[in-house]
Amino acid sequence: MSIALWTIQILLTPLVSPLCVGVIRKLKATWQNRQGASVFQPYRDLWKLMHKDEVMSRDASWIFRVAPVMVFAVTMVVGASIPLFASFLENSLTGDLLMVVYALAIGTFFLALAGMDTGSAFGGFGSSREMTVSALAEGGLIFSLLTVALISGTTNLFTMVNVATIPSGQHVLSALLALCGFVIVLLAETSRFPFDNPATHLELTMIHEAMILEYSGKKLALMEWASANKLFLFMALSVNLFFPIGLAQQATVGAIGLGMIIFLIKVAVFCFVIAFIESSMAKYRFFRLPDLLFIAFILNVVAISLIR
Amino acid sequence: MFELMVSPMSFILFLTLYFVGAIGSLWVKNNNTLANIWSSAFSIAGSLWGLGLSLVIILTGQTLSFVAQQTSFSLLSLSFDVDLLSAFFVFLISLIGLFCSIYGIGYVKHYYGQYSIGVLGFYYHLFILGLLLVVTAGSGIFFLIGWEIMSVASYFLIVYDRKERENVQAGFLYLVMTYAGTACILVAFLLLYQFTGSFDFDVIRDSLALIPASTKNIIFILALVGFGVKAGIVPLHIWLPAAHPAAPSHISAFLSGVMIKAGIFMMIRLFMDLLQPVPVWWGLTILLIGAASSLLGVLYALTEHDLKRLLAYHSIENIGIILLGLGSALIFASLDLLPLSLLSLTAALFHTLNHAIFKSLLFLCAGSVIQQVHTRNMEEYGGLIKMMPQTALFFLIGSAAISALPPFNGFFSEWLTFQSLFQGIVLLDSSVRWVFILAAGALAFTGGLALACFVKAFGVTFLARPRSAEAACAKESSWSLLVGMGSLAALSFLLGIFSGHAVFVLQNIGRSFRLFQGVPTTIAVFGNQTISIGKEFASVSGLAFLGVLASVCIGVLFAVRWTIYRQQKVQLGSTWDCGVDLNARMEITATGFARSIVLIFKGLLKPSVQQKIEYDDGAIRYAPKLKAVILGTQDVYQTYLYQPMCRVTNALSARVKNIQSGNVNIYISYILVALIITLLFIL
Repeated sequence: MSIALWTIQILLTPLVSPLCVGVIRKLKATWQNRQGASVFQPYRDLWKLMHKDEVMSRDASWIFRVAPVMVFAVTMVVGASIPLFASFLENSLTGDLLMVVYALAIGTFFLALAGMDTGSAFGGFGSSREMTVSALAEGGLIFSLLTVALISGTTNLFTMVNVATIPSGQHVLSALLALCGFVIVLLAETSRFPFDNPATHLELTMIHEAMILEYSGKKLALMEWASANKLFLFMALSVNLFFPIGLAQQATVGAIGLGMIIFLIKVAVFCFVIAFIESSMAKYRFFRLPDLLFIAFILNVVAISLIR
Repeated sequence: MFELMVSPMSFILFLTLYFVGAIGSLWVKNNNTLANIWSSAFSIAGSLWGLGLSLVIILTGQTLSFVAQQTSFSLLSLSFDVDLLSAFFVFLISLIGLFCSIYGIGYVKHYYGQYSIGVLGFYYHLFILGLLLVVTAGSGIFFLIGWEIMSVASYFLIVYDRKERENVQAGFLYLVMTYAGTACILVAFLLLYQFTGSFDFDVIRDSLALIPASTKNIIFILALVGFGVKAGIVPLHIWLPAAHPAAPSHISAFLSGVMIKAGIFMMIRLFMDLLQPVPVWWGLTILLIGAASSLLGVLYALTEHDLKRLLAYHSIENIGIILLGLGSALIFASLDLLPLSLLSLTAALFHTLNHAIFKSLLFLCAGSVIQQVHTRNMEEYGGLIKMMPQTALFFLIGSAAISALPPFNGFFSEWLTFQSLFQGIVLLDSSVRWVFILAAGALAFTGGLALACFVKAFGVTFLARPRSAEAACAKESSWSLLVGMGSLAALSFLLGIFSGHAVFVLQNIGRSFRLFQGVPTTIAVFGNQTISIGKEFASVSGLAFLGVLASVCIGVLFAVRWTIYRQQKVQLGSTWDCGVDLNARMEITATGFARSIVLIFKGLLKPSVQQKIEYDDGAIRYAPKLKAVILGTQDVYQTYLYQPMCRVTNALSARVKNIQSGNVNIYISYILVALIITLLFIL
């Protein structure tokens, strides 16, 4: 039973994440008066890319070849380290909040190195911008998770969701501030508006797309998939840490099924929120982004000072 | 067997190995090859002996304390006191010394014919001997002798490559700073002597009640400045980024990995051991200094494009992280939360060990690159991963470890430091809590910025295409360099995987302190390398993380490579270049990579832009011949702290000069007046 559950937990992230991307794209298209592609289009794209031949730069080293696997694998490991649909599963080995933050940093590390590896001007600048944004997002990320940890008295993410935060009425203000901070960090870490434009290939604006410009075929598929995974993980963290309702409490088929459905509904609502944010604001100038990230950090400092 | 190992005899023999190594190297200095063999053989033998000795002491808990010789001066006794803390630092010195010595065999060869290898060996051995005396001396005066041997020997190692003017200047700056520090330490010991009547550490510990609180505070400030100079805390760090790069690379590794820890060692010895109990503000001060050092250290590192200076600034950052652990240990101890204090001390000790390993590794890799490319300027590197694959792999491991990426060792000590800061936020009140929040914030940003800095360092050095002719024809280094680097890289990995065992041993070292006798522990360690803190507060396991990551990687690779579309063809092409000819100048540079972060922190870093334009037609200034933009940062410490201090000192000296007329009669009258005043005091 528990082996089956862990298998579901690990596979859930890569299976559902392309759907989230599809839903967000569809919603954005609707609000832009376009018809838009089907919500399953990301799956088709991945399938297509998986069946293509590749062109690789002559200057690329083994870092370029290893990076897609590493970046993708790290998102799956993190997927196993955070609560998704069940809170009775326990992970005291890799489920620590700092472990999750630094595991995600492994992905950023390899992604940025891969961007520099081919020696193109775009890749280098993409890496530079990515590292700037993610370095400054680190404070907000750790502190918003810390706020929830302080409320619940543990830094283990699985144990954390057993203590309801916003719905319970305790420390509501702190939790709300931390949620605001976390959403800002989410937008930065997953290359969304106002930090980055996920749909662009224009040199001056891109961050994430610039780094993976030289990829093609299977490696590109893995990179795209990994970034969808990352989006899914951040959404899962925000819905489960701040609204930990409906998670399966015991290992019965009914409870797990219900937990899964409620979890997917929560994620769908969050997709709606992200699509709404993206449709209603413009991309910021690069040097205004630090202000936003420092705001995320300061919101959390205020949140922590309010606890107790 | 163990009794034989841990005996005064064996310890003296251990020190003698270095002494013979030093004298012998000087003796055979006319023959470079022989001097190299002699010096390496003795330092490797000494390091192995030291490793065995210190491991036995640490694992069996059997301490060693003896007086080698009573001298005719009553204050100076050659007494050694090797407790678990000393043994831990002996272990550190021997461990890093071993791999630096192996590395040195091949590395010093490029100095043949330029400088004397025998002299290098002499100072190298003397330096290690001084360090060993510092961490094992049982009395203040004997300690100071060791401290001086260490300082002077390291000065000569820094100016070893003396043909470059820059190195000699760096050495001078080091000498001035280190003596300013030693002066403070000397006064601190004299104050201790004044009230306790002894330089002996044991006597000081027992008669601590005799020291008034105000004097204790003065001693704290003096010791903090004195040992802080050696450790390289902000703002006393200015010698460090100049001096560490100047030395030969295996010496730089030793300076950055071990010597600055001598300052940390004495801070732990004095504040956690000898002077306990201490007021809360001591810990708060150290915590704030730690936060400032870690954040500023990494920011300055980002501005650098000299590889070794970049690494030197990271030493300042990591000293800051160690001080975060030590500072919270002091605060918890003052507030009588001893189990948490032990947790923080363990974090500090673990980070001391980890930093020694990965920083030496990075310096050795830097040395391997510099030996091939003949410059420390990163803008002339590039593409070295193809020419020097092993060095690149080791540097990558070092980068991952220093950026605290799991499962390497740096993550686990930073995790413990974070956890001890979190405990402070959970348990403490008001202003003390704010300091902890500030420190945790500084540590969080430090982690992110360090990652950015090492993406820059690795990417610009090893990836893309070579930016200079030297980089294009670089070759992999010889076996001794690779063995030195490879062993440290393996250690960095193993200490991460087996972090549970390491934490267990280090916690026992902490528990040997008088302060922590019989204190329950907060850290529990399990067989699968899980380290857990408090009652279900936090837990983490390096082995499990590695297991999950490795199996997922294999699974993904298997699925993508061998299951889906196995007939895939991969062809090589050139990087997309927008239709122009691709050249190395189109790659991102080290300065360019970090420029956006530098601009974001422009309030702290004070970036400067200098434009240099030369015209063909000077008078009209219409057709420019050459345009250059020089990007740099202003050294705020030099401008706002050290230069004003220099000016004041010079002005005072100019005043004092007035009493020197050059007339002998006047000098004789000065002597008479001094004599009369002295007599008046005595009578």
